[in-house]
Amino acid sequence: MTTASVNGELYSIVEDTAKSLYIKALKDLPPDVRRALQKAYETETEDTPRKVLSTMLEAIAISDDKQRLLCQDTGIPLYFVKVGSRLNIDIPRLQEAIIRGTERATVEHPLRSSVCHPIKRTNHQTSTGYRIPLINLDFVKDDDTLEILMVPKGSGSENMSFLKMLIPAEGIRGVKKFIIDSVLEAGANPCPPFVIGVGLGGTADLCVKLAKLAAVTRPLGSRNDDPDIAALEEELLEAVNQLGIGPMGLGGKTTALALNIEYAYTHITQNPVAVNIQCWPARRARAKIDACGRVEFGY
Amino acid sequence: MAEYRLTTPLSEEDVRKLKVGDTVFLEGTIFGIRDANLIRMFEHNVPPPVDLTGAACIHTAPNVRKVNGGYEKVCIGTTTSSRMDRFTPGLMGQYGVRAIIGKAGMMEASMEAMKKYGGCYLAIVGGAASWETEKIQAIEGVWWEDLMPEAIWKFRVRDFGPLIVAMDSEGNNMYYQVKARARDRLADIYKRLGI
Ligand code: SF4
Repeated sequence: MTTASVNGELYSIVEDTAKSLYIKALKDLPPDVRRALQKAYETETEDTPRKVLSTMLEAIAISDDKQRLLCQDTGIPLYFVKVGSRLNIDIPRLQEAIIRGTERATVEHPLRSSVCHPIKRTNHQTSTGYRIPLINLDFVKDDDTLEILMVPKGSGSENMSFLKMLIPAEGIRGVKKFIIDSVLEAGANPCPPFVIGVGLGGTADLCVKLAKLAAVTRPLGSRNDDPDIAALEEELLEAVNQLGIGPMGLGGKTTALALNIEYAYTHITQNPVAVNIQCWPARRARAKIDACGRVEFGY
Repeated sequence: MAEYRLTTPLSEEDVRKLKVGDTVFLEGTIFGIRDANLIRMFEHNVPPPVDLTGAACIHTAPNVRKVNGGYEKVCIGTTTSSRMDRFTPGLMGQYGVRAIIGKAGMMEASMEAMKKYGGCYLAIVGGAASWETEKIQAIEGVWWEDLMPEAIWKFRVRDFGPLIVAMDSEGNNMYYQVKARARDRLADIYKRLGI
């Protein structure tokens, strides 16, 4: 249970944490992503993909060493927040704290603000604006912690987003074809080897959101809990890598480091499928804040 | 596949010998260009205020810090090249640029220009800005600062590579080759997936 005094401080802890997470995500690639890139390097036999992957590994080492951003694209800031049901939290204040943390990261570090008005193209230079950062809220039963996952989503990969409202008669075959065709269309643009997120079912908006969750929130190497979906993930990952697009689209065995699927029930007359891509710097930083206000950082 | 260490400015001969799949390391200087300054050059017809003969130009708008009269690098990365395809004929034909450094490749207009004038496209690893920033020694010049950060930049580089020759002066395009091969494999992939 939170005490009143801790609760009073909680919002400033959240603000500081949101700031640190944005900066950490841009510099410190999660260990599962590093392992996947290392493995890809070992798998490749041709000269070009090996050179490309070894440059990627070198870039990661330089980021560690010099505390420098890995990719220059600071992206659109996304926060995925899980609120324990036993926490006594004022949600609008929590959201404000995250927005302030994002602004402070941008101004104080400083970071490039990559966020602008969709028509006027004006940029507040704070990485924030109407409805941005995107804050996703989830609630966890019988829990007294706050978990914040931060993902900077770059444009090269986000521009390669696909949705199709298939019909049930097209079945799983239509779904598989759409995924393969989307990856081929994306090609070199989203800085391969990338992570492919697939959304299945739901409504159009939920389907796209599921694809995003699959692409950016799951550690690489994880499998869906549903064994049928997990089998589909493996089958499609193998198929995608047979395309041979390879690192930076210059050919090779590794086009995707992972392919993750998230699904939801859908309408009896619908069969939606969405694809969202995350580039090789699959940036992600996580923090858990416990009831006493202690913060633990992870990925 | 050969490996070359080239010093700027590049000659036609330097570039004509490069074939897709070769590796290049650059020594000397490279120029940072991007949408806004290219639009000024070719849509508003303002000639660049610096000689680009034999230049290697990289698609970037760097993140910099102002320090007593000059600029210091903070984070320099490369952007997607395809939207600047239409400017390559002018860069190479009118101003003598020999190499474009970028990510994800360019299309027909650039392929034609590279063939006609003797040019190439050198693929850099996208997303590896920390590495790229390390390879850039200093910012030596800046023009059209009113377009900040999309000014024209001059960077001193050392051991700038590996860059992969992805488009050459014979009209070969590695991205097209890779995609064509992927398309050839589609039937087989569909079959295995039961499509
Ligand atoms: S696609 Fe990703 S890795 Fe590539 S430049 Fe954009 S944010 Fe960086």
